[in-house]
Amino acid sequence: MTESMTNPMSILVVADHDNNELKAATLTTLQAAVELKASTGGQIELLVAGSQCEQVAQQAAAVAAIDKVLLADSDAVAHQLAENVAPIVVALGQSNSYSHILAAATTTGKDLMPRVAALLDVAQISEIIEVVSADTFVRPVYAGNALATVQSSDSIKVLTVRGTAFAPVATEGGESPVNTDIAANDTGISRFISEEKVVSERPELTSARIIISGGRGMQSGDNFPLLERVADKVGAAVGASRAAVDSGFVSNDMQVGQTGKIVAPDLYIAVGISGAIQHLAGMKDSKIIVAINKDEEAPIFGVADYALVADLFDALPELEQQLS
Amino acid sequence: MKVLVAIKRVVDANVKVRVKADNSDVELANVKMAINPFDEIAVEEAIRLKERGVASEVLVVSIGQDSCQEQLRTALALGADHALQVKTEISPEPLAVAKMLKAVVDKEGCQLIILGKQSIDGDNNQTGQMLAALGNMPQGTFASELTVEGSEVLVTREVDGGLQQIGLKLPAVVTTDLRLNEPRFASLPNIMKAKRKPLDSISPEELGVDIAPRLATLKVISPPERVAGVLVANVAELVEKLKSEAGVL
Repeated sequence: MTESMTNPMSILVVADHDNNELKAATLTTLQAAVELKASTGGQIELLVAGSQCEQVAQQAAAVAAIDKVLLADSDAVAHQLAENVAPIVVALGQSNSYSHILAAATTTGKDLMPRVAALLDVAQISEIIEVVSADTFVRPVYAGNALATVQSSDSIKVLTVRGTAFAPVATEGGESPVNTDIAANDTGISRFISEEKVVSERPELTSARIIISGGRGMQSGDNFPLLERVADKVGAAVGASRAAVDSGFVSNDMQVGQTGKIVAPDLYIAVGISGAIQHLAGMKDSKIIVAINKDEEAPIFGVADYALVADLFDALPELEQQLS
Repeated sequence: MKVLVAIKRVVDANVKVRVKADNSDVELANVKMAINPFDEIAVEEAIRLKERGVASEVLVVSIGQDSCQEQLRTALALGADHALQVKTEISPEPLAVAKMLKAVVDKEGCQLIILGKQSIDGDNNQTGQMLAALGNMPQGTFASELTVEGSEVLVTREVDGGLQQIGLKLPAVVTTDLRLNEPRFASLPNIMKAKRKPLDSISPEELGVDIAPRLATLKVISPPERVAGVLVANVAELVEKLKSEAGVL
């Protein structure tokens, strides 16, 4: 059989979800898959591995970019531990049906994909921000201080995708088939014990359109409500710099930066944040950056579109009032 | 229980790297180097396990040119017992590193392997997971807490949106996040003592590992620079500009 007579190999995307809802990170990862499809012509298949997650599969089936949904619904993968999810993905990878396997560069995707790649004996390419061609990708290195273009010579490309670099695909317009025949097993080498999810009425940092973050200038966690009140006026998420987290003002899940969350909202408001390299690496791709700081020499002003030199304890209540 | 810690020699976290003029890589000549910060946390955790009587021996491994012996000596000064350099001229990719570490783990019979979650040069965040996969071991990535209880290691992981506790059957791989511990500084007597601790060297061939790269770096460029914007006089002007000029409110 000649090359032209065979169907092109498919593109497999591993869904990021919580058994109830398909996460926004999946939609941005799918955009990277759509760009790959433009060059390979392969179908896009989405694997949903979880427990009692039928509704996630249904949401996925409605996504126009997806050609087929694969559902592995089993208690063995209820918490999506890498030890149990990897064998499912590896078995699919070994079926010679896929040219690419993608997942979002979330903690779940980053945990899973290197395990998959090693078992397939291929390299993994982390946090791509651009698809150059079917085998060539751009990814940040050195905390985003350099961008490397890398080309893979492996038969299967295993990738994680930085969500902020791709626009989400539409959540509707499709009606793809769901294959529920995907088996999952418990390897028995790891077990889920518990989790503590931070419950918030506000949007998640990584998907928020507007973020307002506080730094060491906030002086205490007790002052974060000043930020929260502004956030609630405009439906923003609240973040923090590493300095604020390390000083114990707020919990570490709020940290924006190289070692925290990488964000790129339409509007990022940095309040009392000096602008360490660490922090800038996590937010400098935001569309509009506002910095409020009383120190006019603060490095954050070097990346800000709008700079306000002011005492945050005066500026925040005024901002809240102006946005009412 | 023998604990293995892998460390990497990287550009110091406080150095702002520059891209080479020929766009082949970043400039590494005459740049201050250090133990990858996440690996330093891994060394500290292993030493604490030894101090608590959980670990019997801490073996520290680094892969690279002879210059990485400097970082191995630092780890010995911090309290590791024994160091091993896997001597390579190139900087191998995470898959090759994982294969070499797997060979060392098998040879030495290590029960717990602690690595940094990622190195701050390549930012790959892969080696620990790959090593776990190759050894059919469980993995506790992004650890902020670690306790060994019988034949299990309990790990608290920093995941998106909160914390997760998992139990891993030994042997297991744990990768460190920032909040696992605060590394100590080496004392002068310990630095002197470290000079007499054993530091061996081995080659990838002796470990039976092919380190040929799978990826080609075509070019390395600087990211687009953001230019500073405008100074606003007060909150009212800021809000006005965000609404009418930027259109984000």
